[in-house]
Amino acid sequence: MNAAFYIAAAVAVISTLMVITRLNAIHALLYLIVSLLAVAVIFFTLGAAFAAALEVITYAGAIMVLFVFVIMLLNMGPQATAQESQWLSLKSWIGPAILALILVGELAFIIARGSLRAPAPGPVEPKQVGEALFGPYLLGVELASLLLLAGMVGAYHLGREWGAEIEREGARGQGDKGTGGHGDNGINV
Amino acid sequence: MMASIPMEYGLLLAGTLFALGLIGVLVRRNIVFILMSLEIMLNATGLAFVTAGARWAQADGQVMYLFILSMAAAEVAVGLALVLKLRSQFKTLDADAASRMHG
Repeated sequence: MNAAFYIAAAVAVISTLMVITRLNAIHALLYLIVSLLAVAVIFFTLGAAFAAALEVITYAGAIMVLFVFVIMLLNMGPQATAQESQWLSLKSWIGPAILALILVGELAFIIARGSLRAPAPGPVEPKQVGEALFGPYLLGVELASLLLLAGMVGAYHLGREWGAEIEREGARGQGDKGTGGHGDNGINV
Repeated sequence: MMASIPMEYGLLLAGTLFALGLIGVLVRRNIVFILMSLEIMLNATGLAFVTAGARWAQADGQVMYLFILSMAAAEVAVGLALVLKLRSQFKTLDADAASRMHG
């Protein structure tokens, strides 16, 4: 499984390099998802199976879906259709597909060999993590829940204002709101 | 049982990913890319924690990773809401467009 670590590390570094050099947001997002999946493989080889599962579910799943939603929301306009046809070309998805295939190959190899035990000094079981979470780290868990609540309220607040602003702009033109109108007139290049 | 992976390699990988994310934040001016690079950096930090936790076979590394994960989720929710707001106000995704605060 040492080889699995090195291959996944190479995939992670390559895909992260691609993330910060791509010009198209969706291309970068595809590479970012592959990078997160590679880090999940690395977690698994380090004996942290619970963290690996959470990486796939929360990071590569939930957070990336948020990114996809917002990027799709942002791509409104006449050039969107041109981009759409460009995205469907082979060039846009072949890179992430190859890197993801490497990770799938690793998964198949590990399952075929039947060695699901991680070679770490001592794999940390989910039970241990749970006991630590709700034992000495209980206050941290409560604080994390408060943080998530604050994030939710903040995102809702920002999103609601945004929707109301659009309505207001549609109703009686722009420029009659304090800070928002200021920005619109100032830096609309 | 094969030899385990040296901790240095895991930390080296975490450092590399963090540096790549930092370069992304510094180089890109599109605010969506800046947010993505922030995700990379947070992820690299979590990797460092998990690596250290695996080295001593303690659960604390994964607990800290969980905290980082929840923080990243909250940050992304607020950050993406701000991206939408920036877009609706300035009609651009350039982070420099919002460099002036009209207090």
